[in-house]
Amino acid sequence: MTQNHKPKIAFFDFSSCEGCQLTVVDSLQDHPELLGVVEIVQFREAMTEKGEDYLVAFVEGSCTRQSDEERLKQIRQQAAIVVALGTCAHLGGVNALKSLHPLQDVRQYVYGEKADWYETYDARPIDAVIPVDFAIPGCPIDRNEFINCVKALLLGKKPPIPDYPVCVECKLKENVCLFTLNKVCLGPVTRAGCGAICPTYGQSCEACRGFITNPNDSSMRNVLAEHGMNVEEVTSMYTMFTAYQVREKLMQAEKATGG
Amino acid sequence: MSKRIDVHHVTRVEGHGNIVVEVADSQLKECRFDVVETPRFFEAMLRGRPYTEASHITSRICGICATGHATTSLRASEKALGIQPSQQTVLLRKLSFHGEILDSHILHVYMLVAPDFLGVGSVIPLASSHPEVVLRALRMKKLSGDMCAIVTGRHTHPIAMTVGGFTHFPKRAELESLRQRLEEVRADVDATVELFASLPWPQFERDTEYISLTKPDEYAFIDGEIKSSDGVKLPIESYQKVTNEYLVPHSSAKFTRFQRESYMVGALARFNNNFDQLHPRAKAAAVALGMKPKVTNTYLNSGAQVVEIVHCVEDAILIINQLLEMGVNPEELVPPTRQSGDGVGACEVPRGILFHHYWIGEDGNLTGANCIIPTNQNIANLEADMRVLVPQIMHKPIDAMRLDLEMMVRAYDPCISCSVHVAKLVTR
Repeated sequence: MTQNHKPKIAFFDFSSCEGCQLTVVDSLQDHPELLGVVEIVQFREAMTEKGEDYLVAFVEGSCTRQSDEERLKQIRQQAAIVVALGTCAHLGGVNALKSLHPLQDVRQYVYGEKADWYETYDARPIDAVIPVDFAIPGCPIDRNEFINCVKALLLGKKPPIPDYPVCVECKLKENVCLFTLNKVCLGPVTRAGCGAICPTYGQSCEACRGFITNPNDSSMRNVLAEHGMNVEEVTSMYTMFTAYQVREKLMQAEKATGG
Repeated sequence: MSKRIDVHHVTRVEGHGNIVVEVADSQLKECRFDVVETPRFFEAMLRGRPYTEASHITSRICGICATGHATTSLRASEKALGIQPSQQTVLLRKLSFHGEILDSHILHVYMLVAPDFLGVGSVIPLASSHPEVVLRALRMKKLSGDMCAIVTGRHTHPIAMTVGGFTHFPKRAELESLRQRLEEVRADVDATVELFASLPWPQFERDTEYISLTKPDEYAFIDGEIKSSDGVKLPIESYQKVTNEYLVPHSSAKFTRFQRESYMVGALARFNNNFDQLHPRAKAAAVALGMKPKVTNTYLNSGAQVVEIVHCVEDAILIINQLLEMGVNPEELVPPTRQSGDGVGACEVPRGILFHHYWIGEDGNLTGANCIIPTNQNIANLEADMRVLVPQIMHKPIDAMRLDLEMMVRAYDPCISCSVHVAKLVTR
């Protein structure tokens, strides 16, 4: 990045709903000035022009097949900074729900006898394939957080992603705690930055932004149990967006105990 | 004369698809639209999940039609469990649904389609050459997104809508301000109709079977019956008679056919089947665009989207009037009247008719799911159009041919991420 040249940025998508890229388009509605300070060289969903010279790559989506790894590696080779855009790229997201079932069963359920026609493997976040510099969490990403992250990158700073729980933002909004309304919520263990949007609209936090660095997991599970959830229901809630992390953690624990 | 066109990952569409066309000795040898999106397996993943989660999971099928998937999902669960939502719920759902139709259509006609007519590769150069057009599109798009946000928290992915009702309710002042903005946006809507009426739409005619939902008393978006332009009506529970899915090797999306070799869904199908129920201002827009049912020029699917933009703005104003008259009050969720069962939800999402079919077990978890997405239903029809189009354009230089074909693909407004997780029906 030189003083006279705008930094070139590119957007890429893998297995995802492309809702995060759509949120990028939406955030430009309020911040069209951003287009004056960066040059977008690739954004297949929105433009035909295609440049292969870029400094920052925003990658949406999980890696769900071997043949996509090569494309990710090429992006890593070109970009000075790789940003995981949204939960699918950051954590694996809902794509990783697939791993709760045997892979062959999943393939047959959808494609029957033709299952082998379609290549797939267990969904993974992109940092399972290439090193990632930053992640912008969320399903979808938060518009303001995206803008703040781009501003930080332009200033050569680390994007400001909070490492405190959603409860902090929920309290600041003066929301009534969902637990007092006989609902359940993963806000106490989930990374903030979304403005506690789901509890604000009356729904449980589902941990789409992943967990904070040191969540008090056992207390969280106890509280959910006290609110009438059985183990199956708690597991279900815990795996909606983070099935990949939950599974990795279990596998590590198994390794550590020699099981 | 021999030509080969191989467009890898068509741009300005949602998801990944390739055009492959080969002409040898002036004969069409090959003509395909390959869906190369990674399969996502949503139906398989829904099994074992609580029905209350299903709309949150399936909205993640697609960022553009997240509200459409969520609404269809809620209707499937509600039908399975015998839940009749309140009038207020029905109106609020319609309002956010209109927001999504507007958001998606505005994105498509302005940012994905218009650049082709203005000879540019994206909307970005238009920001300096036609700033008033881009600013208008952004204004309209912002209003559409806000319309969803007031009701459900956000457009992608909606929060407050759930099985049996809502968990958050818009305030009177929010609805009043939304109504005022909708009234003010009419000038932008008129300018939109004027712009698209002035574009040189490509000439192309091919009659096909048009399939959409229909309702006796309104232009159908949520619930209703399945209607074919060839004169058949079926209850939505009989959707499999219409969709008849089959697999082809070059596509991870499933193909469908009903009474002909293929059929078309989407704005043009709705326009052709339900024209009489459009708002008078939308009908006037159709006249300005030179469109009278039945329209058989596929490129005019984007024209039908412009007509629906007018309709949804007007209808949203009427819905808000009704909500303000009733007064929006917090309501408890309507509880299930049975513990298990199966149900089919059907909605006209921006790209056409969408079905979700769920089987719910005694424990409240899904035991089976089937989702049939509009783009899938259109791919066989797109290929049939391409087979008619290519002989008409094969004399053109290859770049012009490629543009005609890409514009044809874009006319369908394909949503390819959506299209790749369609289940062969396996229950339990």
